[in-house]
Order: sequence, then structure tokens, then C-alpha cells
Amino acid sequence: MKKVYGSAAEALDGLLFDGMTIAAGGFGLCGIPELLIDAMVESGVKDLTIASNNCGVDGFGLGKLLDTKQIKKMMSSYVGENAEFMRQYLSGELELEFNPQGTLAERMRAGGAGIPGFYTKTGVGTVVAEGKEVKTFRGEDYILEEGIFADLSIVKAWKADTSGNCVFRKTARNFNPPAAMCGKVCVMEVEEIVQPGELDPDHIHLPGIFVHRIIKGEHEKRIEQRTTRKREDV
Amino acid sequence: MPWDRNQMAARAAEELEDGMYVNLGIGIPTLVANYVGDKEITLQSENGMLGMGPFPYEGEEDPDLINAGKQTITELPKTSYFDSSMSFAMIRGGKIAAAILGAMEVAENGDLANWMIPGKLVKGMGGAMDLVAGVGRVIVVMDHTNKHGDSKLLKECTLPLTGKGVVDRIITNLGVLDVVEGGLKIVETAEGVTEDELRAATEATIVN
Repeated sequence: MKKVYGSAAEALDGLLFDGMTIAAGGFGLCGIPELLIDAMVESGVKDLTIASNNCGVDGFGLGKLLDTKQIKKMMSSYVGENAEFMRQYLSGELELEFNPQGTLAERMRAGGAGIPGFYTKTGVGTVVAEGKEVKTFRGEDYILEEGIFADLSIVKAWKADTSGNCVFRKTARNFNPPAAMCGKVCVMEVEEIVQPGELDPDHIHLPGIFVHRIIKGEHEKRIEQRTTRKREDV
Repeated sequence: MPWDRNQMAARAAEELEDGMYVNLGIGIPTLVANYVGDKEITLQSENGMLGMGPFPYEGEEDPDLINAGKQTITELPKTSYFDSSMSFAMIRGGKIAAAILGAMEVAENGDLANWMIPGKLVKGMGGAMDLVAGVGRVIVVMDHTNKHGDSKLLKECTLPLTGKGVVDRIITNLGVLDVVEGGLKIVETAEGVTEDELRAATEATIVN
């Protein structure tokens, strides 16, 4: 079966529908599926629920889907970098479900691993626990969190082979593997596609079974906070 | 004289022991890394990295290498990378020895509030709730009072909580306090600050 597609639009063909739930990889603007987001903007698909740690910045990343009002609801841990997000949220146009970052990651991983729910001590005694089942294990309280089962995963890796085995680069891995796992269909964009055998099987970060469609392209990779140090005089 | 930001960070660095894996929050906690001296401390960044290095030299920034504050950083020879679920497995699983973080309010029972002010822009809790629930020891570094001069060490938090009964030690510009049975216990005062001055600036119950 052929997994490699010619473009983001081709790779998303037949997968998009209004009201769908999407899991997206990335942390801030690091490791985000730039090409697939652009293709989703082009597609006009709307009323999206998106599980993603952040929602891009104004005019970049998932922020582009906000500008076109294609997002109905975000499931995120931190959304501070985006003025349009705040405007839509405060005016009631956009729903927001805050998830602690580790809970969001584990909800994705769990969904992908066939686990509908798990207990965690994160958020016990806070607003996050409201309305959730509390259970005591070994004398400590834990709350029930549910796995995320998405219709589609849009994710980004560094390299993939044509069978879908993926390798990520540095901290651009972040949410991409758990987001990839929890979708019914996973579309992966990469910087380089290689032949099977070119990646060391012992060094695969995400096995190809989780990856259904692959595209390659150029990434802008915008830096959110450029911090540097001075070279000491030698 | 109360401690300044750097002195608070230096005092917080004394809490760290050789060999510890530690997560540092944004602000003064970030400065703690400058004061660890000869101790081998491994910094965790919850976006998926152990062994965080300093900022890169100009021109060597890598968009694929950032910390949890989204700042460009560098790696070290001992660095490892992993995904977000693995990252929080080590946080929630108690493998990280300590987290040093800022706060808006701490209560005498160890409740911590540092993620939202009702009526103000809510940005989100990020990884703070996972960290305070999971790591071995939670050390708060913050000013003793807010900009109106009111105590940030309270009998009860007024803001929405980040975690319940999670704080172990508080380092402020006036001194160091531990959360113990019945309230806060003074561990030390900043040089030139008396216990009476610290008590007067504290709303929380101070036990002897």
C-alpha cells in the first residue's frame, strides 16, 4: 500500500468533514504540521475540535485556522501567545477546554493505546477535577481522565521511510507521537523521505503502523523566542 | 536588606543536591541554574528534554531545540529527548526530584495558586499542575508580598488552585519557610531581616 502522497491537499483528500475532531502535534511553534494546517485552511473544513497543546500564534500555525474561524473548540494546556484566540474566546465564538499538559499528552497516548480512561493525581482539588470521578488508591485521591479518540491526526516528523517509520529531531518530537497514535487516520509531514532500511530499525521513534499517509515539504520553522548568549572573549 | 532576585535564586540553588533531576519554572527559578556550582544537576524541560544546556550563541539557534518557555536553548553531551507523554511519565511518576517555580499565592496548608486570576486573561496551566502533583519536592520562589504590599503567604488561597497541599518550601525575598503541620515554619531570614519583620509581612499562621 502506498503511503507517500504528492501534497498536503492530496494526503487530506477524503479525510476532512465539518465537526470533526483532530489531534495536532507540536509545542508552541516547534514541530507543528505547517503544511497540513495550510491545506486545512484551503479546504475550508469547519466546526473543528482540535486537541493541541497550543493554538499557534496570530497568523501562523493553528492561528491560521482561527483567522478563518474554522475552529469550534480547542483542547489545550496553554494559549497565551495569540490575541485572536483571546478575542474569539472572550466573545464566546470559540470553546476552550483547558487540560494540564501531561494530562493532554496522556489522554492522546491512552486513546491511541486503546485505553478509554485513566486515573491521575494531576489537578486533584482544582477546577480541572470538577465533574470528574474521584477514586482513592493507596490512600491518595486520583481523578478519572478520558482517552482522546480523534478522527484525524496531523503531525510532523523529521524523517520517515516510505513504510511510515518516523524519526523526530530534538524537542520537535513533543506531542507528535501521542497525537499520531490517537487518530483513526494519521497524516505525517516530514522534511525527508527515505527508503526502507535507511533508518536504523533500533532508532525508530514512531513505528509505521501508526502512520497512514506521508508528505514531504519545506518548513518555515518559525522561532517564537529567540534567546542567545554572548561569546566570551577568548 | 531583603534578598534580590539573584540572591533568592542562589538560596534556592542550595536546595539542590548533586545528582538531582530538576525542573525549573519561568522567571526567578530559571536563574537558579546559574548558582548550582560544582553540583551535577540535570535540568528537565517538560516539552521533552533532559539535560538542558544554556542559550545558544547568536547564529546557532535551532528552531527544533527549545525549552518549555519556547526559548531557543542548546543540548549537552548527556542530553536525551523524548515525547510529551514520556516527559510527564517522569514528572507524574515522581522521578523528578524537585520543581522550583514561581507563585501568586501559597497557603499555610501548602496549597498553591499560580495559573489564573479570575476576570483576567487566562493563558492556561501548561505543565504546572502535573509538576506540582508529581515531583518529589515543590519549592516556591516568589516575593513575600504583592505590588500592593499584601502578603502572598496566606491562610487560604483566594485564586484558583494549581495544586492542593503540594508546596514543601517557600523562598521569598524575606526568608525561607517550610510548610509543616499547622502552618508555616521559619527556616531562616534574609540577612538583615528580623523574624518579627517576616512575621509582620505574613498573613499565614507561623508555628514555632
